[in-house]
Amino acid sequence: MILTIAWREFRSLFLSPLAWAILAVLQLILGILFFYILIVVYGPNQDKYALMEGWPGATLIILPNFLTLAAFLLLLVVPLLTMRLISEERRAKTLTLLFSAPISMTEIVLGKYLGVMLFLLLVLALVALMPLSLLLGGRIDLGVVFAGLFGLALTLASFAAVGLFISTLTQHPTVAAIASFGALLCFWLLDVSVQGTGIIAYLSLFNHYQPFLQGVFDTADAAYHLLLIVTFLVLSVRRLDADRLGIA
Amino acid sequence: MSTEILVEVEHVARDYGDRRVLRDIHFSLRRGEVLGFLGPNGAGKTTTMQILSGNLAPSEGRVRIAGHDLLDEPRAAKSALGYLAETPPLYRDLTVDEYLDYCAALNRLPRREQKPAREAAKRKCGLEEAGGRLIANLSKGYQQRVGIAQAIIHLPSLVILDEPTVGLDPIQIREIRALIRDLGREHSVILSTHVLPEVQTVCDRVLIVHEGELVLDETIERLDRHMKTASITVAFHTPPAAGEIERLPGVTAVQPERDGRLRILHEADANPTAAIVQLASERGWGLYEIRPGRLSLEQLFVELTTEREPPAGDDGRSPTP
Repeated sequence: MILTIAWREFRSLFLSPLAWAILAVLQLILGILFFYILIVVYGPNQDKYALMEGWPGATLIILPNFLTLAAFLLLLVVPLLTMRLISEERRAKTLTLLFSAPISMTEIVLGKYLGVMLFLLLVLALVALMPLSLLLGGRIDLGVVFAGLFGLALTLASFAAVGLFISTLTQHPTVAAIASFGALLCFWLLDVSVQGTGIIAYLSLFNHYQPFLQGVFDTADAAYHLLLIVTFLVLSVRRLDADRLGIA
Repeated sequence: MSTEILVEVEHVARDYGDRRVLRDIHFSLRRGEVLGFLGPNGAGKTTTMQILSGNLAPSEGRVRIAGHDLLDEPRAAKSALGYLAETPPLYRDLTVDEYLDYCAALNRLPRREQKPAREAAKRKCGLEEAGGRLIANLSKGYQQRVGIAQAIIHLPSLVILDEPTVGLDPIQIREIRALIRDLGREHSVILSTHVLPEVQTVCDRVLIVHEGELVLDETIERLDRHMKTASITVAFHTPPAAGEIERLPGVTAVQPERDGRLRILHEADANPTAAIVQLASERGWGLYEIRPGRLSLEQLFVELTTEREPPAGDDGRSPTP
């Protein structure tokens, strides 16, 4: 049942030009950024790096930069994908179809979430192609690449959970988009004010993304993302239930 | 129609904030019965439909469908019902076939039964030709049919239709009514409407709600009899005092009408016509007209929904959330 809803969600993204436009623009911009990092930042200094004592390797120069930018760009994009998940159905009054079918709220929320995640995994695959393309001309540290991509996947999953929850709050997709965007940006920026120390900085998404980019898989970071995802999915289910109970 | 009780609604109430929009709604529905749910705008029809379909939880009371409590066993209860809301829940970017397949899957039909179920629902709703068309491009009448097809695709024992003929042209209305009558053969139907003839042509039983309360629960047959016989209208050249007629056996009330006629309400089994004629000739009231008053459903409706309060309280917009 979850899969039925997820598949319908995934397919419906491609029924409008939105998904195609997002994929195309994302790929273009990421391509330009990748090219820039590779040719302008890394290229000219290649020889200098090679002479350095204990230098970390090309992968660790290129990948963290690239994936940081990619995550930031996706922070702008994910709200556009999640905005209509519930709010659009509420506005078009199609939510009654799901509510009067023999499905639980949890199944509805998980189905919607999974649908977006399918799309984001597709995006992730396209992002992954760029660092992997380096394999054509040289050797890269695959461990670092996959740790980084895993980190990006977790971060995207967190983005989507936040976006889904905010979409349950309103019936205007644009409001949902702007609010999710703001919320995600706050999550991201939490550490700027306190410069990476203290409890507030600990809550920042950014601080739990960076270690992955250095090739470090820390269970605490993964747990942070999982907790965030579960929290917002549970909140979404509760919100839909509250809808039915009529608690505004 | 069997005697098996399919739906039991027990003392359902519903609040929006501090405002109680439904009070003590209480009725049951037998399998194969078509129930008309009447009420002026804002009376609580849609709220009741939403509660019956599991879209809203009642603040008090319970709803049991096919023996399953809607809140405790939502899955079992909901598989027994199909619901068409006021605005049909259609995904405009899908074709009719895609949409109905999705609905079939949502209602947990096994994959191999989905296609036959879809075809059967299309046949019942006259959508055979429309399968490949985008829902967004269909006319309103056809969209309504897709909405009904969606509600019956899993052959639920109970079909709930909320104002299914609103905004359709007269031909479409007739077709949809015929369709609802057909549905009544295999399914129980709850039909909410404010169109009175619809109830008279389609339903077996009528409920009237007014300001969130049930004011009438009667079968159409009994209602017909009741409406035919429970009043007579008389006109006199020199009308007597109302009290003289009220004293007659069986008479419950005398209401002067605007044109000088009197409407005499009486008990259904004691018709005072003969007594009135006799009395009129004895006392020289100058009786020149007497006829059985046929209360139309409309009059009854107006009576039931206005007698308690002056119409000022009746402007309420529907409390849709």
